[in-house]
Amino acid sequence: MSFDFALIVDSIPKMLMGIGLTFQLLFLSLVLGTALAIILLILRISGRWYLSVPTMIYIYIFRGTPILVQIFIIYYGLPQLEFVRDSIFWPILREPFGCAIVALTLNTGAYVSEIFRGGVLGVDRGLKEAGAALGLSVTHRFVYITSPIAIRLCLPAYSNDVISLMKSTALASTITLLDMMGIARTIVAETYAPYEVFISVMFIYLIITWVIQRTFGWIEKRMSRHVRSEA
Amino acid sequence: MSDSEHTNIIQLENVDKFFGVFQALKNITLSVKKGERIVVCGPSGSGKSTLIRCINRLEEHSNGKIVVNGHELTSSVKNIDAVRREVGMVFQSFNLFPHLTVVKNLMLAPMLVRKASKAEAHDTAMKYLTRVKIPEQANKYPSQLSGGQQQRVAIARALCMSPKIMLFDEPTSALDPEMISEVLDVMTDLAREGMTMIVVTHEMGFARSVADQVVFMDEGEIVEMNPPQEFFDNPQHARTKLFLSQILAH
Repeated sequence: MSFDFALIVDSIPKMLMGIGLTFQLLFLSLVLGTALAIILLILRISGRWYLSVPTMIYIYIFRGTPILVQIFIIYYGLPQLEFVRDSIFWPILREPFGCAIVALTLNTGAYVSEIFRGGVLGVDRGLKEAGAALGLSVTHRFVYITSPIAIRLCLPAYSNDVISLMKSTALASTITLLDMMGIARTIVAETYAPYEVFISVMFIYLIITWVIQRTFGWIEKRMSRHVRSEA
Repeated sequence: MSDSEHTNIIQLENVDKFFGVFQALKNITLSVKKGERIVVCGPSGSGKSTLIRCINRLEEHSNGKIVVNGHELTSSVKNIDAVRREVGMVFQSFNLFPHLTVVKNLMLAPMLVRKASKAEAHDTAMKYLTRVKIPEQANKYPSQLSGGQQQRVAIARALCMSPKIMLFDEPTSALDPEMISEVLDVMTDLAREGMTMIVVTHEMGFARSVADQVVFMDEGEIVEMNPPQEFFDNPQHARTKLFLSQILAH
């Protein structure tokens, strides 16, 4: 098998033209998904069954089905419904980019809310009691005691999810988007050189993963100053 | 309102507490006057901690009546808040907020609950850190302090809210022996200044020198309650005698 290095040199800059779209998909769905996760978490731990049960069903569905299926249902399925085409969401859902963002957001929101819940449950009960004994309200306790500690507990799992989300953005190429993976597939279709092109794109994803890992490593280190003891 | 309710800052009448089918408190009646120091002792599982945790509603009592500083503890959030503003608590496991520095641990509640300004809260915090003799640790995190220091910070944190009553739930049980006295010293100072205190502890020396009344609990009941002299030298009940012989044996 011959390996065409010239093709790699040629195609990497082309694929990097899609990196902007990859980052847009990642950051938008990460921010929206994290916001959704916070809302889902609050509903889930509200202690009211009519809020927590629908949330649990939602999480079960979005964690329990492949993201590719979710993207296809949103992109191919929803436009079949007339009320969707008539709704205010149509400008978003008629575009493949909008569909990809919606699918990635709904999916990652479900995962991240469970990560956050793990963090909240991991906060020592005694600390919440100490807050209560000092007269702090439920909201104050959640904002000033539970959340900051829970965030530190969830960071490793959260960074995992960010990496997984980053990789999921490649699925947007299946609904015509020309992110890095979309461009890679186009080049393969033209050149019939899958090894060179896909291996190149793989390296780009690996570099992005490395950057995400390092960033979270740095944040974790900064945020855990309090557990480093003097000795 | 009867006369006793005026002078009693804490009043428990026929209080029961159930955890499922297990009865942790059985028909507890206890009154504490302003400025009184009560030491509660008894074997583990006797309900001592549950008793004081009911006083600031960390546990909800099942039956009976609890009145603290004129506020009856019901499910009313307003009353619970009113009681918690007046009652400070110190825990066996310190429960300092690990993500905040020592001084910020002390400033949090005054700023959120009493709406103190940052500067006021800081001044109050430093005042009480000085009182528990560790102002130099203000900007460290709790994990950087020894157990005794952490517990003194926890006491200072409670005092920053200017409580009328202090509850201590086995404050020295998690400490290495050489750190117990530094915490008891702070508590003794507090008692001398006239703070109303309920202390769950096995430190019988502290009970003898500081307490006005010693309460002995067993299996959810108050078995005996007497001034320390009487309690230690002339225990009335067989169960008290047994407990004292076990705890003072060595």
